[in-house]
Amino acid sequence: MANILLVDDSASMREMVSFTLRGVGHQVNEAEDGVEALEFAKGASVDLVITDVNMPNMDGITLTAELRKLESYKFIPILILTTETGSVRKEQGKVAGATGWIEKPFDPDHLLGTINRVL
Amino acid sequence: MNSDINIDLSQFHDVFFEECSEGMEVMESGLLNLTSDSDSEVINTIFRAAHSIKGGGGTFGFSEISNFTHGMETILDKMRNGNLAVTPEVRELLLEALDCLRDMVQRSKDKAPIDQDLVREVHEKLEKFASGSAVAVEEPQTERKKKSASESTGKSDVATWNISFYPHENIFYTGNDPFRLIRELQCLGDLTVTINHERLPKFSEMDVQSCYLGWDMVLKGDVPRDLIAEIFEWVEDDCDLEISQQNEIFEQKKAEVVEAQVRTTDVAKTGRRRTDKSGLSGQESTSIRVDINKVDGLVNLVGELVITQSILSRVCDDLGLENNEKLNECLDQLERNTRDLQEQTMGIRMLPIDFAFQRLPRIVHDLSLSLGKKVELKFSGETTELDKTVLEKIGDPLMHLVRNALDHGIELPDVRVAAGKTEKGLITINAYHQGGNIIIEISDDGAGLNPEKIVNKAREKRLIEDNEELTEAQIYNLIFSPGFSTAVTVSDVSGRGVGMDVVRRNMTDLGGVVEVASKVGKGSSFTIRLPLTVAILEGQMVRVDDQIFIIPLLSIVESLQVAEEKINAIANKSELYHYRDEYISVIRLREMFNLKSDDEEEDKAGLLVVVDIGGRRLGLYVDDVIGQQQVVIKSLEQNYQQVHGIAGATVLGDGAVALIIDVLGLAKNNLDN
Repeated sequence: MANILLVDDSASMREMVSFTLRGVGHQVNEAEDGVEALEFAKGASVDLVITDVNMPNMDGITLTAELRKLESYKFIPILILTTETGSVRKEQGKVAGATGWIEKPFDPDHLLGTINRVL
Repeated sequence: MNSDINIDLSQFHDVFFEECSEGMEVMESGLLNLTSDSDSEVINTIFRAAHSIKGGGGTFGFSEISNFTHGMETILDKMRNGNLAVTPEVRELLLEALDCLRDMVQRSKDKAPIDQDLVREVHEKLEKFASGSAVAVEEPQTERKKKSASESTGKSDVATWNISFYPHENIFYTGNDPFRLIRELQCLGDLTVTINHERLPKFSEMDVQSCYLGWDMVLKGDVPRDLIAEIFEWVEDDCDLEISQQNEIFEQKKAEVVEAQVRTTDVAKTGRRRTDKSGLSGQESTSIRVDINKVDGLVNLVGELVITQSILSRVCDDLGLENNEKLNECLDQLERNTRDLQEQTMGIRMLPIDFAFQRLPRIVHDLSLSLGKKVELKFSGETTELDKTVLEKIGDPLMHLVRNALDHGIELPDVRVAAGKTEKGLITINAYHQGGNIIIEISDDGAGLNPEKIVNKAREKRLIEDNEELTEAQIYNLIFSPGFSTAVTVSDVSGRGVGMDVVRRNMTDLGGVVEVASKVGKGSSFTIRLPLTVAILEGQMVRVDDQIFIIPLLSIVESLQVAEEKINAIANKSELYHYRDEYISVIRLREMFNLKSDDEEEDKAGLLVVVDIGGRRLGLYVDDVIGQQQVVIKSLEQNYQQVHGIAGATVLGDGAVALIIDVLGLAKNNLDN
C-alpha cells in the first residue's frame, strides 16, 4: 500500500483523512503546515502528497512548488485539497506543479475513489 | 472503484468542535487587533481560521455552519485582497457574526437546533455588506456534485464511447500517469485499448522522462460522459482528449483494434522508478490527547518515587554506608534523575497562561464601547506556564479584575485629559514565575482606589466601626470584604453578584493570595500570587514537640522570636500579640493539636510564624522552625478522613508522615470564635 504524506492545519481534517486512508491500508504521515511537510518530505520517500491550501507558515501552493524542486519529488503525485471552485485556484496549483485537486467538502468514499487515479 | 468502507463521521465531531473553538479564539483576537494599518498576516490568520471551520463544517455534515462561515469568509477574502477597507463597522459586524457562529457551534455540539432567526438575520447582514462592495456572494458548494450519477440513471442503455487520449510529452511532470487513468477507465466498463506509437522518436533522441505514446480507447458500459471526463479532470490541459459517443454501426470496425494489456503502457515511463515503501515510522501529529486522570496517576507515582528516593538516601546514611563512593555516586544520580523526572512530569500538566487571557480582549473591547471609555490592554509573560487545574480556576477572577479596572479604574476620556493623562487608558497584565509561584499583576493607570469612599461605604455597610482608625492598606483590603461594592449604581458590568470577596476566596482556595496597591490619581494594581501546581507545595517545616508540621511557605510573612510576656492573654483564653501596628491572634499549635505539654520546652521562648491569609494575619506559635522543603501533597480525606486544621499530609525523607497546616481553616476558625 502507498505511503501518503498528508498536510493540513486542521486536526479534524487530518484525523478524518488519515483514518480513511489507513482504513484501506495506506500508511499516512501527517504534517501541520508546508514547512513541516517539506522538512519531512526531504528525508522520506512518499508515494502521494495530499495538501491543504490555506495553512500558516507555508501554504499548499508554495509547498507544491518547493516539492517539485526536489529531484525525488519530480513525478510524485501531489493533490491539493481546496474549497475554491474557481479555476484560478486550480490554475495556481497546476502552475506550481500539482497533479490534481480534491474539492472540499468531500466524503471518505469520494476521497478513496479520487486518489486511485494517481496511485 | 470506490471502496465501500463505511466511515462514521461523527467520531471526528469532538475534534472538529474543539478546532472550531480554537479557530474562533484566533478569529476573535485577530479581529480585536485588526486596524486599517494591520499587517496582512492578521487578516490572513483570521481568514484561515474561518476557512478551516467552513471546510470542516462541510465535511463533517454541519452545512449550516459551513454556509454561515462562508459569508464571513467572503468579507475576509475581500479585505485580504484589498477590495474592502478595514473599518470599525466591518470589524463589529464580523465580531457579531462570530458570536452567532459560536452559538451555532455550541448548539451543534449540544445537538440542539440552531437559532434559525438569528442566523438568518446575521447572515443577511453579512451578505448585504459583501454585496455592498458590488460582488455577489457565491453560495458555497456544500455537497459534492453527485448530479452526474443521478442524471445518467434516466437512460440506462449501454453506450459505447470513443476516447482518444494523447498526453503531452511533459505529462509525467504533473505527477499524473496515463497508465493509472486508463486503469480507472477500465473500472467503468468494458475497455479496449489501442496504443499509438507514431510519435515515438528514434531511440537516441528519446527522453526517458517524456511521454510519446497515445491511446485510442473504446469503452462500453452504462457510463455517463461526466464520469469519463472526471477521470481526465486533472490532465485536460496536459493532453489532447476527445470523448465521443459511437454509433452502433461502427462497432464492426472494432476488429482491427488490438487488445492491449493496459500494463504494457507502463513501459512509457521507464524513467520513473517507484521508490520502495520502506516501513517509515509514521510521523504522527506532534501532540496527543491524554486523559487527565492518567497524568494525575503519573504525578502521584512520581511523588511516591521521590519519597522512596529520599528514604533510600537516609537508610544508607543510617547504615553507615555514606563513605561508599560507588553507592554515593549512584544515589546522587538517582536523586538527579528523580528530580528531573518529577519536574518533567509536573510539566505535563502545565499550560501557558494565555489560555486564561484569551477571553479578556473581547471583554475589554465590548465593555469599553458600552462605557464610552478608551483603553488599551497589554499582556506580557503570556507563555508563563502553570498547572491546568489552577489555570482553569483563575479565568473568572481575572475577568472580574479586568472588568473592575475598566469599570471603576479607567476614567472617561475627557476626565483623563483634564487630569493631564492620555485619552486612552492602559490596563496591563503581567505574569511571571517567582520561586515556586506564579505572579499575575493586573494594573491600570486609572483613578486609583478612593480611600474616603471605601471607608464611607464600609461604615454604611457596618463592616467597620464608626470610630475605627485604619491604615491605608487596611482600607484597601476592605474591598475584599463580602458584600462590599463601591459602584454607585450596580452596573451590568461588575455588579453581577460576584465581588472582590469571591476573587479573593477563589485565590485562597488555590492556596494563593491577592493583594492590592493603589495610588489616587495614578491607578491601582492587583497582584495575584499562586502556587504553580496543586500537587506540590513549597513548605516550611516547623517542629512542635517531636512532631513536624508543614506550613505553606506562600502564606508566611515572617518568623520571629517572641518573648512569652509579649503575648497578652485576653478573655476566653484568646491570646494576642502586638505585631507591628496591629494585634494578631496567636494560635499555639501544641494546644491546637493536643500535644503533650513539656514545661521545660514551653519556658524557652518559641517562635511565632506570622501568616497572612487574605489580608488577615495570624501568629502560629511553634517550638522551632527547621527548614524549607518541597513536599508532595497527599490528601488526608482520600486516605483517612478530613481533619480540622490540616490540609493534607506528606511523607518526609525519613519516612515519617508530616501534616500540612490548613492555614485558611485555622484563620476561619479563629475568626468564628
